[in-house]
Amino acid sequence: MQLWLDAVFVLIMLTNLSLLAASRMRLIIRAAAIQGVLLGLLPLLFSLEGSLAANLGFSAFVLGIKGLGFPWLLTRTCRRVRITPEIEPYIGYNFSVILGIVGLLVSLWLEHRLDLPVRVSGLSVSAAFMTIFSGFLLVVSRKKAVTQVIGYLAAENGIFLFGLSLAPHGPMWLELCVLLDIFVAVFVMGIAIHNIGREFDSVDIGAVDSLKD
Amino acid sequence: MRALSAVNLLLALGLSPLLLGIINRTKAVISGRSGRPLLQVYFDLAKLLGKGAVYSRTTTWVFKAGPIVGLAAVLAALAVLPLGGVPALVAFPGDVFVLVAFLGLARFALICGALDTGSSFEGMGASREAAFSALAEPALLLALLVFVSRTGTYSLSRMYVWPGAGDWLASGPVLILVVIALFILLLSENSRIPVDDPNTHLELTMIHEVMVLDHGGPDLAFILYAAALKLWLFSALVVGAAVPTGLGSPLLDELAMLAGMGMCAVAVGLVESTMARLRLPRVPQLLTAAGAFAALALAILGR
Repeated sequence: MQLWLDAVFVLIMLTNLSLLAASRMRLIIRAAAIQGVLLGLLPLLFSLEGSLAANLGFSAFVLGIKGLGFPWLLTRTCRRVRITPEIEPYIGYNFSVILGIVGLLVSLWLEHRLDLPVRVSGLSVSAAFMTIFSGFLLVVSRKKAVTQVIGYLAAENGIFLFGLSLAPHGPMWLELCVLLDIFVAVFVMGIAIHNIGREFDSVDIGAVDSLKD
Repeated sequence: MRALSAVNLLLALGLSPLLLGIINRTKAVISGRSGRPLLQVYFDLAKLLGKGAVYSRTTTWVFKAGPIVGLAAVLAALAVLPLGGVPALVAFPGDVFVLVAFLGLARFALICGALDTGSSFEGMGASREAAFSALAEPALLLALLVFVSRTGTYSLSRMYVWPGAGDWLASGPVLILVVIALFILLLSENSRIPVDDPNTHLELTMIHEVMVLDHGGPDLAFILYAAALKLWLFSALVVGAAVPTGLGSPLLDELAMLAGMGMCAVAVGLVESTMARLRLPRVPQLLTAAGAFAALALAILGR
């Protein structure tokens, strides 16, 4: 079981790197979807207390929203607003990946430093921190609104993973509430971006700078 | 043990052109051709060695020295390369850096030879080779540092005892990262397909083949043989990480290793048949990915 868990955490770290390295909308949405699927598998692998049916339901819920729902919404938004497929980063892809690795190192140090009470697997907490870092890095280093939503999603994935590995069974309902919030957020953002796209020529965040003075 | 080390070196000298043959045969089978003979590289080498060499009047001794220094450097690097749990003929602390340095020297000699011809085309190839290998070398060192961090030694022969069967059971997912990183480096450093196409000539995207255009006869044979040996060397690094040693008898280890080398060549052939060459600006991303994989493994295992 430990081996499978480790494999999932390493894969989550790799999806973080591929989120940072993706140069196309399609690729970054796919990476986010894969991360969602991996997160959906975790409740099953953690072998939570409680009935199998509850775990299965939780897993299916996470998988459905993070692995299918969000990617579908994002793809739909991209198609409707006719967003150009390039990501347009402020920071180059290679440098982003290197920053992601630095994020992992910081996460490993943080995990070591915090000395958290519950350890499901040695890698879970650092994978969580790394996911949060990658998400925030995506938010600040990419031009388009949709990529910022994806960054926000990744950060939430990290928080989810952190909560899951610290207290596997306690705050499940809290997590579900957060998940619902995010769901609404992505939904609203999808509509907002759609409307912005209809009203203005582009959804480029950089254009907001011209409003400054 | 010393005898086995010598046998390993002889195997490398004798069988390395066969790896190229296996790659070509795999590609031929997948594309539905019968392909060239498995031993074609040996025939090519024999043919080239029987020829005379033609030198341009613009070249100097640097051009003539290139292939010889290149082959000598790769041979020296082979001497510190362990195979199948058997230590190398020469083993001392720090020989991991010697291996990388000798590979760098071989590349430097080839690049100097290419620049010495004064051809702008070869200069372009040399510049690309230098740029890409500058990215590949740190990734290679990172991947080898994973071994160093686990075994606490800087000697290749003692490092490559490490991933035993037990280690694969304990930290398999992370070990796969190291193997993938080393495999990407094998493809890149041996100018195989996602980075460079060994079959193209006179095309503006090529890297390695462009540098050897002016070499002929025995010089080209040296370059070809050095390339085969380098492929063997990188395959041994990949296989040593992927195939656990310590199966019981040295003979069994040796056979597992040789089978692994064959599988590695088949894998290269499969990659070449299924992938197209990457655009040149994408190559640094591939090498960064290799470095990232190695760094990830190092960070996780070195905790």
